[in-house]
Amino acid sequence: MEHFVFTPNVKIAIVILYAFIFVIMAAIKAAQIITKKDLDNIWIRMKSFLLICLFFTAAFCFNKIVAFLFLMLISYLCLKEFLSLIPTRKTDRKVLLWAYLSIPASYYIIYIQWATMFYLFIPLYMFILISVRMVMSSNTEGFLKNLAVIQYGLMSTVYALGYLGMLAIVPMQYNPKGGCLGLLFYILILTVANDFIQMFCGKALGKHKIIPKVSPNKTWEGFIGGVAGTTVLSVVMAYFLTPFTIPQAIFGGAVLAVFGFFGDVTMSAIKRDLGVKDTSTLIPGHGGILDRLDSLLFTAPLFFHYFAYLNTIVFVKG
Amino acid sequence: MFYNFLKYLLFVIFIKPFIYLVFGINVSGVDNLPKVSKGASIIVANHNSHFDTLILMSLFSGSQILKIHPVAAADYFCNTKLKTFIFTKLLGIIPLSRTVHKASKEEIFKDINEPLRAGETIIIYPEGTRGENSELSKFKTGVAHIAKMNPDIPVIPCYINGPDRILPKGSLMWVPFIADVYVGEPVLYDNTSTKEFTERIQTAVQKLKEEHKRREEL
Repeated sequence: MEHFVFTPNVKIAIVILYAFIFVIMAAIKAAQIITKKDLDNIWIRMKSFLLICLFFTAAFCFNKIVAFLFLMLISYLCLKEFLSLIPTRKTDRKVLLWAYLSIPASYYIIYIQWATMFYLFIPLYMFILISVRMVMSSNTEGFLKNLAVIQYGLMSTVYALGYLGMLAIVPMQYNPKGGCLGLLFYILILTVANDFIQMFCGKALGKHKIIPKVSPNKTWEGFIGGVAGTTVLSVVMAYFLTPFTIPQAIFGGAVLAVFGFFGDVTMSAIKRDLGVKDTSTLIPGHGGILDRLDSLLFTAPLFFHYFAYLNTIVFVKG
Repeated sequence: MFYNFLKYLLFVIFIKPFIYLVFGINVSGVDNLPKVSKGASIIVANHNSHFDTLILMSLFSGSQILKIHPVAAADYFCNTKLKTFIFTKLLGIIPLSRTVHKASKEEIFKDINEPLRAGETIIIYPEGTRGENSELSKFKTGVAHIAKMNPDIPVIPCYINGPDRILPKGSLMWVPFIADVYVGEPVLYDNTSTKEFTERIQTAVQKLKEEHKRREEL
């Protein structure tokens, strides 16, 4: 059974993460007792976040199969949430089942390290297969709209999230300091931190709305603060967990911060279009799993290809 | 006793995790859900899929499940010995005959009144059968008769959206979707006619349905 390698740097990073979470949670409790303000909302959010971190750590501690089953579960929950939100036609039930089946197929392809096939599977093969299956239902009313919606769901919840799996199979030699777990830790924490810093800066300094029609709470101050904060954090984390040079880490951090923001507002626009506030009630304090992972849908693939470009990764099966 | 234990295990280990992980439930009006351990109630809901019952049951904790009995058509769920065993012993359904026969009301509803009077909760679908295309068909008066015989027991109206996408009537293929359950405020029998009371609970469920529609069209 193949296991993941936890390099000393990754172990220290994980310990720091949990220490950080516990310090914040202690601070919230203390603030609640001293100021007597109602901080339950933020407490529940932190508790859910801690739980997500624990799930992730546990999944990657066991072995590769457990980790991949865990990633599949995340993709499955996201796709289910997406397909439950949008109105679907009764005649498309079989098409939707095919869409679900692309999850195990996609992750199996990643698992056997057939990278080229993964790059093509959803954007090319599923693109064709879904169209074929939908045509076979012979219902042309709302055909294009439903076809496009299912393709978008697959692209974001299976293809984009699949890049977490791609990061998990990066061979050790390309990242001696942190291995594939260092890369995963880097992208996951940087994306979450970006969300958090943008929200924090926006609440503290926010005045000028950046895109009020889509997301009224987003401000230029929050956005710029997020980009600046994430870039600094990126340099620090990249030094310990990735082979990036400082200029590479600065560019990478800035790009991730900008596209993390766009991932977030894209999901906001989708929700606004559908007229819902949250994608579901799965994670207490956060809403649905898509609400939580929205920025990651853009940052994970971008980060993988940035890393692969800088290091010209060659996978076993090409 | 032994079957109760099996029912509990089946529910806690298999049904509930399955429903939440594979499908998922968004509940609104959770505060209106009856405290099953504190006394009987009659849960009524629209009916479009076999999953309605499992989804409603999954709203309750394992310790409460033994006190919940879905009322189901005897001709459908108890037509073979194996089905009778699975549904009555392991899921705790109360089989109800759908054929009309001459007997006193007390006798017809005996199997339902007994557990109700023992403080247990029943789930019943007043439409009488699974409908299609999530349309709400006209409620039958059975629930009103039960409520009339047990005037202290609250009727809890529920609207379920989603199971008709998961497994519609006439299909065998399951497709995962998240279900929405709307729980309304309890209604008590008010000494009007059974016809009026039936209309009252139908309006209550209809209202929950409109609440869902509003949320979708927002």
